[in-house]
Amino acid sequence: MAEAFAKIKESFIFNFIEGARWKYITNGLLVTLKVTFFALLLGIAIGVVVAMIRSSYDQTKDEMQPGFGKTLMTGLNNLARLYLTVIRGTPVVVQLLIGYFVIFVSTTNTVFVASMVFGINSGAYITEIIRGGIMSIDPGQFEAGRSIGFNYIQTMRHIIIPQAFKNVLPSLANEFIALLKETAVCGYIGLMDLTKGGDVIRGRTFSAFMPLIAVALIYLLLVIFFSWLIGKLERRLRSSER
Amino acid sequence: MSAEIIISVKDLQKHFNAGAVHALNGVSVDIEKSEVLVVIGPSGSGKSTFLRCLNLLERPTGGSVVFEGTDITAPRVNINLYRRRMGMVFQHFNLFPHMTVLKNLTLGPTELLKKSPAEAEKKAMQLLERVGLSDRAGAYPSQLSGGQKQRIAIVRALCMEPDVMLFDEPTSALDPEMVGEVLDVMKELAKVGMTMVVVTHEMGFAREVADRVLFMDEGVIVEQGTPEEIFDHPQSERLQSFLSKVL
Repeated sequence: MAEAFAKIKESFIFNFIEGARWKYITNGLLVTLKVTFFALLLGIAIGVVVAMIRSSYDQTKDEMQPGFGKTLMTGLNNLARLYLTVIRGTPVVVQLLIGYFVIFVSTTNTVFVASMVFGINSGAYITEIIRGGIMSIDPGQFEAGRSIGFNYIQTMRHIIIPQAFKNVLPSLANEFIALLKETAVCGYIGLMDLTKGGDVIRGRTFSAFMPLIAVALIYLLLVIFFSWLIGKLERRLRSSER
Repeated sequence: MSAEIIISVKDLQKHFNAGAVHALNGVSVDIEKSEVLVVIGPSGSGKSTFLRCLNLLERPTGGSVVFEGTDITAPRVNINLYRRRMGMVFQHFNLFPHMTVLKNLTLGPTELLKKSPAEAEKKAMQLLERVGLSDRAGAYPSQLSGGQKQRIAIVRALCMEPDVMLFDEPTSALDPEMVGEVLDVMKELAKVGMTMVVVTHEMGFAREVADRVLFMDEGVIVEQGTPEEIFDHPQSERLQSFLSKVL
């Protein structure tokens, strides 16, 4: 028993302490969090805008009078649908490679490229989550806002989105957790994220167990921590209605 | 002396499903300032559609609505500006559940009328006082009874200082014992000279408060007149049979 313990200790020192190899893990973790954070911000921004385009088009297409407004809305709606189809219909790894080698060729800032790609990818899923949230709100809320004199955007901003956001928070949290784990493919474009960091250690030390399990544990702890945090936020949002 | 006309409705049409359903079939009526106009009729008669066409929550497919001299059904009219001057009260209250009562009341005035929060709150509290709910300013809608919610909804519309109030079956979703408190607020409003269009099944209210009663069926006005004319001397067979069922 003591012998096994000593062996683990030795392996730990060899993998992480020697040559300050733990830095691959911490720096990688930082990159993973950075990419996830910026991708989430971008994803939510895209999601809110595209969801509003899609649901406003669906709500008003029968009543719109022909003219510039209708042409614009129809165009935007078709663009939004194309975006959703393409992004949800292709693997994120392929999108990442296209982003790096085809679209953002001129930049060497891989954190930026990864944030953009994951943001654009996540935006498609968040769009559908938020659209569901908007559609779950009683149409009477919308009518009440409009009857006071708010325009479409103001009604969305003050009345619909705050309520929809509360309803979709669990799904949004799911998306965030999925995103956090999805960024593990960043290594494809040479980005030193948490996964890649662990893998680099494996390459240096030729021992797979310690670095890979450590990486898995860190992801797990992150997910548990964020789930707890979101649960707390959810309870707080809900208590405001009681 | 002829009274000032605040809303003039001409040949209003509303067809649903590409003309398959005719909810309104040419409704014309002039609504005078300070008038209380009560609209009665069986369900499906188009009375709610008529009311919702007045502030274009429902866009009419034909005819016009002239509000204070402006045809609001014309293209390129900013309807939002006119809706501010037409308060609306819904059957299901439609209070904003994520805001306190006070926030419900001050959202419109601060955002649209650009009042300062203090000014908007002062006005809101005055109106809450008048409906006897000033102690509920900090509550959330889910903490209120149906009657309280509807009184708050009326106050929310009044906070925008409208020229006319539209009521869409304001007591139909209430427990019977709460109907009275809402009707009392509406009577109070009628007394101070608010122009009101009320769609309701409360015949007692119609008889007591209305200046004029419209009876609608199948998308047209079948009969109109003073409460006495409508309730005591109905002319058409349709109105007679309707009244025999509801009175």
